[in-house]
Amino acid sequence: MRRTQVQATINGERVEFLCEPRQSLLEVLREELNLTGAKEGCNNGNCGACSVLLNGRVVNSCCVLGVELEGADLTTIEGIGQAGSLHPLQQTFLEEAALQCGICTPGFIVSAKALLDKEPHPDEHRVRWWLANNLCRCTGYDKIVRAVLKAADQMEEVKPV
Amino acid sequence: MTTVDRPSYKVIGTRPIRPDGVEKVTGQAQYGADIRPPGLVYGRIVRSPHAHARILSIDTSEAEAMPGVLAVVTSRDLPTAADKVEELGETAVNLRELSENILAHDKALYHGHAVAAVAATSSQIAAEAVTRVKVTYEVLPPVLDVRDAMRPDAPLLNENRHTKAMDGSLSEKPSNIASVVQFKGGDVEAAFAAADHVLEREYSTSMVHQGYIEPHNSTANWNSDGTLTIWTSTQGSFVVRAQVAQVLKLPVSRVRVIPMEIGGGFGGKIPIYLDPVAALLSKKSGRPVQITMNRTEVFQASGPTSGTHIKVKAGIKDGKLTAVQATLSYEAGAYPGSPVGAGCMCMISPYNVENFDLTGYDVVVNKPKTSAYRAPGAPAASFAIESLLDELVKRTGSDPLEFRLSNSSRENTTMVTGVPFPRIGAEETVRAALDSPHYKSPMEGPNRGRGVASGFWFNAGLQSSVAVSVNPDGTVNLIQGSIDIGGTRASLSMQLAETLGIGYDDIRATVVDTDSVGHNDVTGGSRTTFASGLAVHEAGLDIQRQMVQRASALLNVPEDNLEYVGAEVRSKSDPSKRISFTEIASKSGQTGGPIVGKASLSARGVGAAFGTHIADVEVDPGTGKVTVLRYTAVQDVGTAIHPAYVEGQIHGGVAQGVGWAINEEYYYDEQGHLLNSSFLDYRMPTTLDLPMIETVLVEVPNPGHPYGVRGVGEVPIVPPLAAIANAVADATGHRFTVLPLSPRRIVEELYGL
Ligand code: FES
Ligand code: FES
Repeated sequence: MRRTQVQATINGERVEFLCEPRQSLLEVLREELNLTGAKEGCNNGNCGACSVLLNGRVVNSCCVLGVELEGADLTTIEGIGQAGSLHPLQQTFLEEAALQCGICTPGFIVSAKALLDKEPHPDEHRVRWWLANNLCRCTGYDKIVRAVLKAADQMEEVKPV
Repeated sequence: MTTVDRPSYKVIGTRPIRPDGVEKVTGQAQYGADIRPPGLVYGRIVRSPHAHARILSIDTSEAEAMPGVLAVVTSRDLPTAADKVEELGETAVNLRELSENILAHDKALYHGHAVAAVAATSSQIAAEAVTRVKVTYEVLPPVLDVRDAMRPDAPLLNENRHTKAMDGSLSEKPSNIASVVQFKGGDVEAAFAAADHVLEREYSTSMVHQGYIEPHNSTANWNSDGTLTIWTSTQGSFVVRAQVAQVLKLPVSRVRVIPMEIGGGFGGKIPIYLDPVAALLSKKSGRPVQITMNRTEVFQASGPTSGTHIKVKAGIKDGKLTAVQATLSYEAGAYPGSPVGAGCMCMISPYNVENFDLTGYDVVVNKPKTSAYRAPGAPAASFAIESLLDELVKRTGSDPLEFRLSNSSRENTTMVTGVPFPRIGAEETVRAALDSPHYKSPMEGPNRGRGVASGFWFNAGLQSSVAVSVNPDGTVNLIQGSIDIGGTRASLSMQLAETLGIGYDDIRATVVDTDSVGHNDVTGGSRTTFASGLAVHEAGLDIQRQMVQRASALLNVPEDNLEYVGAEVRSKSDPSKRISFTEIASKSGQTGGPIVGKASLSARGVGAAFGTHIADVEVDPGTGKVTVLRYTAVQDVGTAIHPAYVEGQIHGGVAQGVGWAINEEYYYDEQGHLLNSSFLDYRMPTTLDLPMIETVLVEVPNPGHPYGVRGVGEVPIVPPLAAIANAVADATGHRFTVLPLSPRRIVEELYGL
């Protein structure tokens, strides 16, 4: 099948790539761009393991086509923080033991970042409501919710007045 | 946390960050589907659309002719497998049945049963090629429910299967009942006759899935030298190697399994499904082949746990549980091997009961072959007995936890197998539950109720091997073969740090492939922190001995006058003569070469574990929706090596148990098609379905482990089914005996719809 040329900004870098029109964004990320941080848990929008930020909004990348990326700004887990400069959410996920197997973790961090970017002071119910599209089978969510609330607190503290 | 006589530790009991953590929060960690060897092509499975059908022919020619298709395989490409049983840690498999489950031979036995596979240059072409493989079937009537399958006139899955009795004898007539087990003690009839209260009930649960978020995957390369390399997400790389070698008839030494990070298993990633298929496709295509299941395939064709039917009768005299009689029937799925034996052995373990008669039936049905699922067999059995006791104890007027306390198993209480318990913490968990703020809080409000339940799981020992290299700078590499699903690199490093007296950060743990360390059984059976922990401790002692030898030369003090204390070796008679761990390490080249500690063992001294849970629920009388308001899980964890990870195990087990109780079930139509094979329709708990889960860690150290470790991963899924059902009974005044307690069931039963 013919491949289409797509230009986009991914994790702050201008990127050009070729993909088939039928390939999902998740497939493009994983199979063409070697960005395997977004995971496939269901491939039909029900688990959130593939969450990415498309123009600042959380989307399930399995439900978006790769060609839809044309001209867009995309952030994946790889663009949120690295060893040595972790995002506060990544740090609190580690400190609060909010991951066990870790397969859901990139999706949760991406999704939670979108929440905190929008609403710096969510309460427990708001965090649970926002993350209800992300499934985790290992943790029972307790420590995930705590990690998100703790990151919100910390991000508040370091903000300049 | 309630702690019973625990020594003080430096590292054990702290909450350090796991060594694999940063990779996992940054998306860098490599799970099975993340690797891309050069030349990689994509495999996909052709699956049966029928629950029960004879395969008349398979025509692969059209698929093979498609551009981009590199190979097609069917069961004809598999060697004939031996009809023998292989132990896999938590489960055992018959190799012929394993081979038939991997690619159906003459019969498809469930909706989604693999019948062929293709490899192509892209996943899209592979998906298309699957539709071009033409299979002709003769459709047969399916049998889907355990009780239907046990009827003498039921359609047979296998005309040559006869029921195996405890003594090994076979039934005359063929049957879907693969085997019967029985555990008997005392005289139940006499005890029932003498009892003050006797009650009998029947309970059912549906087939449910482990629900790990990462689908099964395998990448295989048949190398030009005839060896086979497999990258996969598994709970046991050595167990994959053993199974693949058997199924493909290869020497074990020629198969190398590289375990990738694993996105959840809970028992479901012990059997193999894709690995031999990817291997055969690689052999035919000459390329590395990757197969990943999609979510539908995971539900249809991996290894969920049994649907069950349990009939149970119990008697109480003077507040004592005097007799239990039960018949447990478990669906094995397409091939024998349900955990009904474990169900029988766990059912009454929390209690000291003199008279019991428990019979278990392992029954094949046209559903996927079941696999282990967290405390396999125990949750359904516990649901039955704990629901019955709740009802029975209410009749005696006593408090359900006080009843459990006065009937609790203790050290030397014998299990139904006749084996006495070592030191256990059953009683302590019940007492801690009674003392918990949750239990002491009032339960108020309309449509609300509280339930309690206890549960038990054995825990496994099995085999572990580790190697520990001391580096010249005093840092240490821990080489482990046990898979890390949720923090075992950390829990093993912590035990090693404690043994050697060094810092947690001085140790780097790595999970290596099957060529690089001795055999390790699966990460399952709650065994890794316990058994691989024992191995780590022994390897640490090995290093201590070597350090003493080296210090003897360096200090010029005889070995018998030296001791290893903290992270140094010193003279017993003159403590000023001492040398540090780091200094000995730095001089190892001059004192005999590298210092490497090793241990390989079959673990003994496994510690049984108990939990008691309290659940508060509200039942919406209009919709039938059950909301969990508050949940407390009390558990004897032996010694919590990393308390946060222990709490996490308990949270996860409770969450799965709550899902099992309230929403999860396999839903089949009459032809045996699985109708809810997606996360939308197979409804697992989300963030909004659970409250914070309170945990109480009771620490009754296991005398069989140097640090008192008990397995903790499985017990927490055992009590929630009954705890929730008992709470719902309390809230509604109606006793539900069939799970899940979905809105539909609640409304139907409450209003007789
Ligand atoms: S993989 Fe996209 S939502 Fe599950
Ligand atoms: S940590 Fe395993 S699914 Fe969330």
